Amino acid sequence: MRINIKYFGQIAELTQIEEEYMECSGRLVSDLLETLNSKYDALKTKDFKIAQNQELVSAETELTGAEIALLPPFAGG
Amino acid sequence: MNRYNRHIILPEIGQVGQDKISNAKVLVIGAGGLGCPILQYLAAAGIGTLGIIDFDVVDVTNLQRQVLYGSSSLGKNKAFAAKQRLEDLNNEITINAYAEKLTHKNAVNLFKQYDIIVDGSDNFDTRYLVNDACIIANKPLVFGAIYKFEGQVSVFNYNNGPSYRCLFPNPPEEGAVPNCSDIGVLGVLPGIIGTMQANEVLKMVLELGSVLSGKLLCYNALTLQNSTLKIKRSEATIKSVLKDKDNFQDKTPVDFNCDVAVEPISIKEVINKDNIQYIDIRETHEEPKVDALNITYIPLSELESRLDDIDTTKKKVLFCQSGMRSIRAVELLQELEINNCFSLKEGAQEINDTYKVLKTSQD
Repeated sequence: MRINIKYFGQIAELTQIEEEYMECSGRLVSDLLETLNSKYDALKTKDFKIAQNQELVSAETELTGAEIALLPPFAGG
Repeated sequence: MNRYNRHIILPEIGQVGQDKISNAKVLVIGAGGLGCPILQYLAAAGIGTLGIIDFDVVDVTNLQRQVLYGSSSLGKNKAFAAKQRLEDLNNEITINAYAEKLTHKNAVNLFKQYDIIVDGSDNFDTRYLVNDACIIANKPLVFGAIYKFEGQVSVFNYNNGPSYRCLFPNPPEEGAVPNCSDIGVLGVLPGIIGTMQANEVLKMVLELGSVLSGKLLCYNALTLQNSTLKIKRSEATIKSVLKDKDNFQDKTPVDFNCDVAVEPISIKEVINKDNIQYIDIRETHEEPKVDALNITYIPLSELESRLDDIDTTKKKVLFCQSGMRSIRAVELLQELEINNCFSLKEGAQEINDTYKVLKTSQD
């Protein structure tokens, strides 16, 4: 499955791109995360939530979507 | 000519809508980068009662984006300096300035005096405090937060919608997400995000359009791309905040080390701390029981299937007989992305002993 991955905030700084396309043969969102973790080593240390097709999901959710977003919390004001 | 003429001639607002604005009471947390535009537009729009809480003073580095202040405000408390400027902008409204820190003690009672709470704070501790106090006081929360060139906006706790904890259940570790004073921020960004927050307030007051509840808007000032992500309400999360309602005022932030590493902590470090869920992960037949503390019993063998019993709003201290199995349990929870879990060095017997000593010394 070809997936469009979007990065926000600190996550985008870590990946150094705001979005990319990736092939993923896994069944779950966590399978894609594993692929991302091996590509971006420091990702494991970051806090973020995952949205699939603009909807917040858990890592155990089935990978169905064309778009995955990694969303870290912001506190600045 | 009426001050609010340009509102009133809009058929969607009219005098009826303007009266709603005049009757509204809105509290703004923080009069900084976000707070300034929020306050400026809400005061200009004629929000009848506007509260400002900020303990901080105006610093020269604030002037790049905190547009209510000028050179004459330097060194003055922000709540008072903002009030002074806003009274000049609109002398027909009531402005309450609170030059104090928002705490677990004062938050709920203060929130009860207003209809809508707007969060313009700049740190996670305050944001989680504001969220929880809004749940307890049953007030809608207009959330806005920024990071360098990006912003997030949402409305929480509105008409049975989700709360901030339904999105991010627990604060990240201290220092994990740097703030504006450490890494900088594009000055106009809080202007954009704060203005969006003011817009949500006016929509709620006027009952116009669709409120940004159950959605998080992510804005990027460099690409001008907006993404709106759907958030679901988590009943369990809201319930666990409400469960603590009676103790809320007495809470003090837990300050023991919250490293992700499974570095066991001692009972002596935590026994006097609030906001902790103690979890006994021993099998049900194991003795002695710990009676002195409020304990949740989840045997290690059942841990994965009983995640709902874990209180996401608290720090979790896990213990067993000798401090070995609890390390495994914390590792397991971390793999499942449950944060703020700590393994206790000591076992059940030592907890009882420590409590006894503590009790004797207090009597």
